[in-house]
Amino acid sequence: MLCIMGTVPSDAFPLTEGTAVMDGERLQIGSVTIDVNRGTPALVAAAAVAADTLGRPGPFVCLAGDTGTGKGSRRLYQHMTAALPGNSFRTIVFHYLQPIVHWHNRLEGILEAMSPRPTLIADAGFMYVAKMSGRASIFDLFTPDVGELAFLADEEAPHPFYTRGFILHEENRVPDLIARAYRHGNAARHLLVKGARDYLADEKGILETVDSHAEEAMEAMGGTGDTLTGLVSVLIDSGMSIRYAAPAAMRTNRLAGRLARPTPATQIGELIRHIPQALRHVLEASPENHRAKDTA
Amino acid sequence: MALFPFWKGKQTRKESPGPDNRVDRGILVFENTGEVIQAETLLKKGGWEIRVMGPPPEVRQGCDLVIEFPLIEELQILRILEAAKLPPLKTVPVTGPLLEPVNIFQVKDFGRYLMVRAANMKLTVDRENGTIVNVSGGGCPDVPYLAASMVGQKLADAPNPRDIGHTLCGYALQLAFEEVKRLCSA
Repeated sequence: MLCIMGTVPSDAFPLTEGTAVMDGERLQIGSVTIDVNRGTPALVAAAAVAADTLGRPGPFVCLAGDTGTGKGSRRLYQHMTAALPGNSFRTIVFHYLQPIVHWHNRLEGILEAMSPRPTLIADAGFMYVAKMSGRASIFDLFTPDVGELAFLADEEAPHPFYTRGFILHEENRVPDLIARAYRHGNAARHLLVKGARDYLADEKGILETVDSHAEEAMEAMGGTGDTLTGLVSVLIDSGMSIRYAAPAAMRTNRLAGRLARPTPATQIGELIRHIPQALRHVLEASPENHRAKDTA
Repeated sequence: MALFPFWKGKQTRKESPGPDNRVDRGILVFENTGEVIQAETLLKKGGWEIRVMGPPPEVRQGCDLVIEFPLIEELQILRILEAAKLPPLKTVPVTGPLLEPVNIFQVKDFGRYLMVRAANMKLTVDRENGTIVNVSGGGCPDVPYLAASMVGQKLADAPNPRDIGHTLCGYALQLAFEEVKRLCSA
């Protein structure tokens, strides 16, 4: 089962866990409904829609309300530290959480003791804190955009806000940034780099690039990276290897974006609406992807 | 042989402090970035010579900013912060170089729309009517909250991310916001 851990932008939102499904344009977890916008709700919505398209159950989510004070994140860290040892999730995604090093380290000890070991995916704040803690390599997949890749590549920066200028200027040299991130031990086993061209890489270098259905406006849209992380998480949890799940997710996200005919003002719900059609198209075009198992 | 450069270095520092010498500076460490932002606003309004910087590794907890200030003014600054109910967790003398916040903006012109990126945060505005149409990037939990508060607002009416945000992502969004406003008023 896929577990997604993240935050919802409301201080009044209580610690909530359960299976997420889409109810029209909103997410539903038991009796709780959530607006779908950028951030973890967008990731969960994309995952719920993709899981439904694949005939799989919706993702199990652990969410807390947090508007940036870190209170909800702390509650969630504490809850997961207690709850994870009794669970057997196949895949765990860590998303919009306040980067807090000591909580990351407590959680890491629990993750490493889990058997069987789940596939660990980190994005957004939790990816920042994994790198900050110097423990990026315990994760199976990071999903940075190009700016966040520059942060991973900068061995001195504890947060993207401090990425040094000479590294930010290398944005057009993604392969060099990937190599630098691995050289300093600041990358997960795989990197899915989201951008005008999407990349999948490991420590040996670039494994795949996808630049079909390029929609320039998607860079301005909040949540397009979240939906991509949601898609790749569902495909991995379905048994597909990262090597094949990542390109399939990239193609699906880009095609859904194309179908949404976006402008820079388009909101993420428009893209999510087109995920079922895009995912079916991508999987039908590459049926071997769906059957592939992880040999990486 | 090893003693000579050491001795020479000491002499050089005593006789001619270089621009990076910050022995007269301290840092104020706060509970969270939201308090740093409030303290920065307060102290800058009071005309104090301060800078928001990245913390040294020994006081780093996660999503951090600190305020660099003139050590000689410590007592007065602490008095002001305490009066405003913003006491720092601690003050520490600066012993090494501090991390500089990002100061590079990337601008993308979509024609009708203009996008500015600061660090990991992007803000897009409709130039025809001055409305913020999207906020993207970032990874701290206030980003979706800031986006919900700002998208659909006119630039002149939108809340400052520094006033309602709490994290470094919120601070980066403030920089992008200021740059968009500057570009749109030029």
